Amino acid sequence: MADTAVLPARRAGRETAAPAPRRRRGRLTPLLYVLPALLFYAAFVIVPWLHSLWISLWEWNGIGVATWAGLANYIEVFTDAALRSSLLHAFGFIVFYSVLPIGIGLVLAALVAATPWKAMPFIRTILFLPQILPLVAVGVIWKWIYSADGPLGLDSSWLGDFTLAYPAVGLVGTWVSTGLCFLLLLSGIGKIEPSLYEAARVEGCGPVREFWHVTVPGLRKEIAVAATVTIIAALASFDVVYVMTGGGPGYATMVPGVQIYQLVFTAGRVGTACALATVLSLLTCAVMYGLNRLTRER
Amino acid sequence: MNRHLTRLALLAAAASVVLPFLAILSAALQPESNLTPGLEWPSDPHWENFATAWSSAGFATLLKSSAIIALGVVPLSLVLATLAGYGMATMDLRVKGPLFALLMLGLALPYEAIVIPLYYDLRSIGLLNSYWAVILPLIGAFMPFGVFWMRSHFESLPKELTEAAQMDGASSGRVLTRVLLPTAGPALTTLGLLYFMWAWNHFLLALILIQDPAMRTAPSGLGKFVQQFGKNIPLLSAGTIIVITPIVLLYLFFQRHFVKGILAGAVK
Repeated sequence: MADTAVLPARRAGRETAAPAPRRRRGRLTPLLYVLPALLFYAAFVIVPWLHSLWISLWEWNGIGVATWAGLANYIEVFTDAALRSSLLHAFGFIVFYSVLPIGIGLVLAALVAATPWKAMPFIRTILFLPQILPLVAVGVIWKWIYSADGPLGLDSSWLGDFTLAYPAVGLVGTWVSTGLCFLLLLSGIGKIEPSLYEAARVEGCGPVREFWHVTVPGLRKEIAVAATVTIIAALASFDVVYVMTGGGPGYATMVPGVQIYQLVFTAGRVGTACALATVLSLLTCAVMYGLNRLTRER
Repeated sequence: MNRHLTRLALLAAAASVVLPFLAILSAALQPESNLTPGLEWPSDPHWENFATAWSSAGFATLLKSSAIIALGVVPLSLVLATLAGYGMATMDLRVKGPLFALLMLGLALPYEAIVIPLYYDLRSIGLLNSYWAVILPLIGAFMPFGVFWMRSHFESLPKELTEAAQMDGASSGRVLTRVLLPTAGPALTTLGLLYFMWAWNHFLLALILIQDPAMRTAPSGLGKFVQQFGKNIPLLSAGTIIVITPIVLLYLFFQRHFVKGILAGAVK
């Protein structure tokens, strides 16, 4: 019984054995096409990342001899108040870069979807503008807006104030991300089944209930996408903070990017900088993975 | 009523985007010595601030560096991404999954995580302070997005297209150049524009890997300018406008590509 079952399979295997080398070479061809891109990616992204991981295990000032530090730099990242606060600031930026823009974008998208307007393409051109600008320039513009004697006519710069500086910098993130989130969500609303809205209306749902029970659930995928893109931007924020405050006043707006820059180029603590960079990238990947799981399961 | 509310909200949102630009333009036209606060159109606009920023403040040189880097990154990245996108679309191997995951990782990895070793590694091979110091890492960092972008273009094409060519005995290279590439124009244009914009706007790598003032890019030069001459608001504002103008013009010309590319790219 068992023999007869196995034999045909073996014979089939032997039959394909002859043309196999040729077919295998054909199957490997796509790998050759991927190879050049992969080499660039490995040489300038993966290898440096691994190198950073290696440096993070050493106490090194960038010039002299390095001494083995083990995990000491990582312990420092989580115990040193300044380093830890830079990570917390990056996560706090999620409110400004993701939560606010998605919230505003949802409401705007729901309103616009209900009432079409001929001027919409023009408005869209303007709303998308912050997405294509160099963030350094955005930082310069907003630094001027927040400054004393700036266009807002403030008495003293918000960026020099210990409590106002952080939300002031965060709001720039909101300014940058809102248009993107709005347009992403608007494109998603068009794909929601119109029958769902009809059903909601038949059941006597008002616009608010309709928003929570039809629009928001229907946009789950777009919301996840918007969250992913904007959270990556929030955690990796560097340009805007570097230009506007350099992390100050004190450490009020310090983020990992600026902290890493200072650790390497002013404090000479390269190992610690690499540990912080590693922690930041692992946290970013963890958040991405979590978001991905969350949307796939449903 | 509802309609008016919607339009009001949209106009308010649009105004909040436009007003900062007007603020910086009005600041750029103020006299260098005597700045009037507030958002007022200067009675005597000093257009010569732009000339000063362009020549003596060195923004012309900065734009040149940015252009060299962007033009160095875009063609090679497009070729590599097209080849790899085709490879990923036709691949039927077990390594495809791990490859996919490895590339996905690159979409989430912040530049902060690679810039420090790049600084020391490029210095030891003598590439620091050259255009290559930014061009090569950017090409590497741009690969994941481009590969996914081209792959999804190739996978969106009907299978019959390639199968027919293969039946006629065309090699994979011929299939790519004769059958698939002619369809890839719009996808490549969008990707090329996105690559150009990202290379032009990129700050962190340019700031750290090119510290020679003669080769600084526009964003990194602007960043340094703020620190050194941050008090000279008219000149700084004029410089900012010079830096953003090329990318804004490109956006206005190729708006559809930019909007489609960024929205669709985010979804992928």
